[in-house]
Amino acid sequence: MFRTALRNLLAHKTRLMMTALAVLLGTAFVSGTLVFSDSVGSAFRDRMSKSLGDVAVSVTAGGARPGTDAEAEAARPLDDRVVDSIRALPGVAAVRPSVGGAAVIADKGNNPAGSEWGSTGANYVPGANGKDSRYPIVKGRGPAAEGEIVLDAKTAGKTGAKVGGTVRLAVDGPVMTKKLVGIAETDDPRVSAGGSLALFDTATAQKLFGKPGEFSELVVSATPGTDQQKLTADVRRVLPRSFEAQSGKQLAAAESEMIDEQTSSIRKTLLVFAGISLFVGVFIIANTFTMLIAQRSREIALLRAVGATRRQVVRSVLIEAGLLGLTASVVGFVLGLGVATGLRSVLNATGASLPDGPLVVTPTAVLSALGVGVVVTVLAAWLPSRKAARIAPVEALAAVDQAPAPRGLVLRNSLGAALTGLGVATMLYVTTFKNSSGMQYAMAGSALTLAGVIVLAPLLSRPFVHLFGRLAIRLSAVSGKLARQNALRNPRRTAATASALMIGLTLITGLTVAAVSADRGMAKLGPQDLTADYKVSSSSYQGLSPEIARTLAGQPGVDAAVALRTTGFRTDDHPSLALATDVAAIAKVADVRMVSGSLSDVRGTSAVAVSETFAKDRGLKAGAALPMSFYDGKKAAPRVVAVYRDNDVLGSVLTAPALLNPHMDKVRDDQVLLKAAPARAKDLPAKIKETLGGNPLIKVQSQDDLRRADAGSIDDILYLMYGLLGMAVVIAVIGVVNTLAMSVFERTREIGMLRAIGLDRREVKRMVRLESVMIAMFGAVLGVGVGVFLAWSGGHLLRSSFPQYAMVVPWGRIGVFLLLALAVGVLAAVWPARRAAKLDTLEAIGAQ
Amino acid sequence: MSHSAAAHALPHPHPGHGRGAVAARATGLSKVYGQGETRVAALDAVSVEFRRGEFTAIMGPSGSGKSTLMHCMAGLDSISSGSTLIGDTELGSLGDRQLTRLRRDKVGFVFQAFNLLPTLTALENITLPMDIAGRKPDQEWLGQIVTTLGLSGRLAHRPSQLSGGQQQRVAVARALTSKPEIIFADEPTGNLDSRSGAELLGFLHESVRALEQTIVMVTHDPVAASYADRVLFLADGRIVDEMREPTADAVLDRMKAFDAKGRTS
Repeated sequence: MFRTALRNLLAHKTRLMMTALAVLLGTAFVSGTLVFSDSVGSAFRDRMSKSLGDVAVSVTAGGARPGTDAEAEAARPLDDRVVDSIRALPGVAAVRPSVGGAAVIADKGNNPAGSEWGSTGANYVPGANGKDSRYPIVKGRGPAAEGEIVLDAKTAGKTGAKVGGTVRLAVDGPVMTKKLVGIAETDDPRVSAGGSLALFDTATAQKLFGKPGEFSELVVSATPGTDQQKLTADVRRVLPRSFEAQSGKQLAAAESEMIDEQTSSIRKTLLVFAGISLFVGVFIIANTFTMLIAQRSREIALLRAVGATRRQVVRSVLIEAGLLGLTASVVGFVLGLGVATGLRSVLNATGASLPDGPLVVTPTAVLSALGVGVVVTVLAAWLPSRKAARIAPVEALAAVDQAPAPRGLVLRNSLGAALTGLGVATMLYVTTFKNSSGMQYAMAGSALTLAGVIVLAPLLSRPFVHLFGRLAIRLSAVSGKLARQNALRNPRRTAATASALMIGLTLITGLTVAAVSADRGMAKLGPQDLTADYKVSSSSYQGLSPEIARTLAGQPGVDAAVALRTTGFRTDDHPSLALATDVAAIAKVADVRMVSGSLSDVRGTSAVAVSETFAKDRGLKAGAALPMSFYDGKKAAPRVVAVYRDNDVLGSVLTAPALLNPHMDKVRDDQVLLKAAPARAKDLPAKIKETLGGNPLIKVQSQDDLRRADAGSIDDILYLMYGLLGMAVVIAVIGVVNTLAMSVFERTREIGMLRAIGLDRREVKRMVRLESVMIAMFGAVLGVGVGVFLAWSGGHLLRSSFPQYAMVVPWGRIGVFLLLALAVGVLAAVWPARRAAKLDTLEAIGAQ
Repeated sequence: MSHSAAAHALPHPHPGHGRGAVAARATGLSKVYGQGETRVAALDAVSVEFRRGEFTAIMGPSGSGKSTLMHCMAGLDSISSGSTLIGDTELGSLGDRQLTRLRRDKVGFVFQAFNLLPTLTALENITLPMDIAGRKPDQEWLGQIVTTLGLSGRLAHRPSQLSGGQQQRVAVARALTSKPEIIFADEPTGNLDSRSGAELLGFLHESVRALEQTIVMVTHDPVAASYADRVLFLADGRIVDEMREPTADAVLDRMKAFDAKGRTS
């Protein structure tokens, strides 16, 4: 039987091409994902072992808790004295003290040269040879004085400064100018992913990022033969309380665990999409084998007549499927290596900072990809193979080939109705939930609904094709009618082909509806309660110096400049955030509505206002004391003098600056809200930037900008999803091509007869094309319908956590999907239609 | 695409009118396959006329060129030299589009098997050429054909619900609806049992007599040939004999004679 299977496979090469392509793409996705995650993991590990190579002990801040330890108040800083005492420990080879933070470099347009999270500043620590091995200098020299700076090459390019020129930058306050003395290299992932690197001499870095003489981190390297654990314990003994020591091994283990966690979560996510692609492929494989077996029924009957058992017939079909799966998977795996390379650049382009490194191909990846390809193909061919087994030997003797009587769909329809009903009922039950506790029901309901509609699709195809057929007939009487009949001829095949497309479109539509709805919800959420025209904030998230608000208030065109600053505190051991602002002016930039009391009473250090919800949750009434314990260890108990309606700008607790300032490490404003004088709003942002000295840290955002900033991230994710689901759609399109090509082959004689009695090539083409469009549109309409329904019902789970969420049906985008489906239908038909039109009439009539 | 009055006429009260005009003609028709050493002449300078209202059978052993002759005459196959004419249209100069139209409007076909679209009803199959042409079928003519072929009760059936004989009758009816110049039938009884075959041949004969149609039938069955008005005998790509008012026995005798000659020569 193996030989029969092999011969069949070779004999039907062209007919199996599309099916092989579907399997191939699915396995390429799987193997691409596996190779990609292995490669990324190994690259991370490589880099880690390089950077942790000579780390015996690492010292970082951490551990101290506010108000729990009186000694913490008197905690010693991590200064030269500590460094020296560590250096004196036995076994220590070197100590590299570092201090760093965010340093934003101004590009030519006074905007940040690096990304928001990647603008890194650090100290340059020359070793015995006068060089810092962590930052190799490629041009010029290291920074040695307060006025000097070293940048990475890319950032230097953006500023337009050459070595010897000047660079403008800001750390958390005003703009500074420093002389560029060198260009350094770094393997810091934040920098390679679009950030910037600025290096200063240690004293300058300490001044910029901490306090003079203090460090934030130490790296201790040991002499050979030193016991890391013992050394770590020794180091810990001399450390200030608020710092922690970790051995290099511990650090490596922790990082390794983190890498595993990260790569495995990327892998899992991608495998979900690869799984969807493979699942879509199942429909195509099953369709192909069903058609092949129908076409080959006489051959199979002959085999049975000459003595092949049912089991042998089944086995022959499954072997054929296995061989097909194996061949396609091998090619797919090779293609997967390309996918792996592509994935890295795609994800890096969307902001992930994945290190470079060689592709890593593990035996596990090879075996799983090939295994998945073969198993999926064989499983998909299993049902058709049962059909082959049912072919009776006498069919070999039947004189006339007649299409076998269509099997009843009663059982299938009942099952489909039951599944769909159960799924819809579950989803309706989900709508009664208000939070994500109904998540499992939603998942199960979605799966059931989708499965039910797939099973029910042959039944649904009938009215759809009839309806659409009416349109097609108006377009072209004969071709339209023939196309309709062809689409109706085998509802299972039409349904399976359309289902493949439906799955992709259900997911795409569902995600789109959810994303667009969330986007609208966010838009409502963002600038709510905000009446200011502009928000001025700092990119570094270190806050704004209080001078900025004062400067802005005096500007022409500015009606009000209200600074907001926050600090954390605990009340009854609950962490919370207090906001301090100019209480008299806040109403100019925020829509504040009072429940009781007046904000003007919030003065000095003994009065606060709280939001309605906060008051309710804490059981606070006007006049009650609010116990606050701050992170500097001090406590306060101001009285609640006013309660306001929940407000996105004000948050839970509002105080006067006098109450908060003493508890802040550095008095810094989070943001300054601006109300522009009438008719001055438009050119204000540029003026503000200018006034603040072209500081690259300063962001001036209008309400529109704020709204867009929220929306942008959702769109990015949505497009990434589109890209990942794109593979499933491509496979579905291959399925449409496959079905059409197979049925053109099956109908060769019919087409020949039609040509003989007068149907011209153009009309033959149109017939195939219209059938293709019908199938594609059927899949698209089902997918859009199910997708919208699932998004609607699932959306209810967000009601409590995201009350602004309301379902929006993005008709524009859905229209685009349907148009794309139409285009898919037309494109998928190109090749099969051309084949049908090119059939030689005489040969076609004589074809068996 | 005008049709001659004779071809369009309903059965005339005086049978014989319009008969005798040429429905199709081949002059010096040759069909050659291959080149050089492998060159085979399937048809060798065949000249033949098919007259209106005549039922012609073409006979000959396998490979004699009878099917090729039919395919060339019907515009399904190209010719190597000579000329072929349907009505007053010369086929040699026509492109694929025009040939398709000619087949649609002036030629009817009945094949040995697989004549019908399984998805259409009998009636839809019958009117298919008219649908393709975008014309309304002549209801009176249609009624007459359906009655003549005994299909009245079967029009709403699908091909799978019809017997083999009924399917072939539907094919004949389809060939007749557009009132073609000529109908070509390729072994129309080849897949039928003898009773259904005889019935179908009776209907073909009746179509020629009562409906004044022109039929050319390729067959290798002397009994089938005996239903025709005349029989042409083909051998090695040439017409070697002709017989009018044939009987099955006479045809069989003639075939045997060729066979013997072929064996001795």
